[in-house]
Amino acid sequence: MKKGVMRPGHVQIRVLDIEEAVKHYTDLMGLIETDRDEQGRVYLKAWTEVDKFSVVLIEADEPGCDFMGFKVVDEAALVQLEKDLVAYGLDVEQIPEGELKDCGRRIRFTVPSGHAFELYADKLYTGKWGVTEVNPEAWPRGLSGMKAVRFDHCLFYGPELAAVYDIFVNVLGFHLAEQVLDPEGTRIAQFLTVSMKEHDIAFIHHEEKGKFHHASFFLETWEDVLRAADLISMTDTSIDIGPTRHGLTHGKTIYFFDPSGNRNEVFCGGDYTYPDHKPVTWQAEQLGKAIFYHDRQLNERFLTVLT
Amino acid sequence: MAVFHVINRTTGDRFRCDEDQSVLKAMELVGKKCVPVGCRGGGCGFCKIRVVEGEFRCGKMSKAHCPPEALDKGEVLACRIYPRTDLMIECMPQPAAPLAEQTKTKP
Repeated sequence: MKKGVMRPGHVQIRVLDIEEAVKHYTDLMGLIETDRDEQGRVYLKAWTEVDKFSVVLIEADEPGCDFMGFKVVDEAALVQLEKDLVAYGLDVEQIPEGELKDCGRRIRFTVPSGHAFELYADKLYTGKWGVTEVNPEAWPRGLSGMKAVRFDHCLFYGPELAAVYDIFVNVLGFHLAEQVLDPEGTRIAQFLTVSMKEHDIAFIHHEEKGKFHHASFFLETWEDVLRAADLISMTDTSIDIGPTRHGLTHGKTIYFFDPSGNRNEVFCGGDYTYPDHKPVTWQAEQLGKAIFYHDRQLNERFLTVLT
Repeated sequence: MAVFHVINRTTGDRFRCDEDQSVLKAMELVGKKCVPVGCRGGGCGFCKIRVVEGEFRCGKMSKAHCPPEALDKGEVLACRIYPRTDLMIECMPQPAAPLAEQTKTKP
């Protein structure tokens, strides 16, 4: 957080059918619908999140991710980060306050991998859903499905990882928690964080720009991941792989798809990192094990099925 | 409920498909692997096939993978088509090569 970028704040996901998508993200995953706007966008949050929304769904004729936003500590940090991004040579677009309901002004920029990111300092603080601020109970009743705890991170696929690393580390103040290196020492995967989590965002090298691999949501326990798998079967939801464990981060995970083919993850556990930790390195020759620790085989769908 | 037959003329595979079942789902249910399975949601383009003969109904598919000109040629996503008659399909060339075969960004 050394440059004031605090945490993942939101992700806008394109879907082919908005009501099918809302049902998936609420009934199955347990997010809570908090608002809609005149563009037809639907705003959702997970119950432990304190701001009004973290997931925005928008109907489009092509699924994928429009942008991911990070919250910064305050307006002064936002002003400085904007100067730094411009000085680095990026085009920075101004998105006025209120363009996303109850969100302050955002600045948006596209990195060389083809992905758009935003920074903002203010969003309506609505508090954790279903529990009081004082003497809170352990969890709220009335949550649905997987009862996702929080929007955690995204994984993007695209080219120019070195340039993306430079922007995230040197301009935005992230640090490298984990990486995959090929035999020549080229980084083909980078897991970046502004927190103690092994990733607040991750990138894997891919020729095509701007591809979306998944949006991930945190669960507390392995039992919760197993229960998520049960719900995926009960609802005949398209499964990708799991429950299993990653080598990278060592998180316990299951992947599945929303009704428009965007990949979702729910996971628990995983390692922690501090800024003085050296990055954890996986060799590309061990990529199968790095991605799925039990299968230990390269999984073609994980590497090529994207929106 | 009407049941139709789908024949993949590239691989010679043949399987049954209900009128309310996607071609991909019907294939998966009988354990065949003659069409690649991706997201099953019309989004990733992995299961693109060409329908050579027969009538079908289409669900929503990503325009990136099925623009109107592809639809005109019968190029559709197997996860989003539902048969109205027997169908003859064929495989499309495989999409992007796996990560290991691609060039890398230098650090």
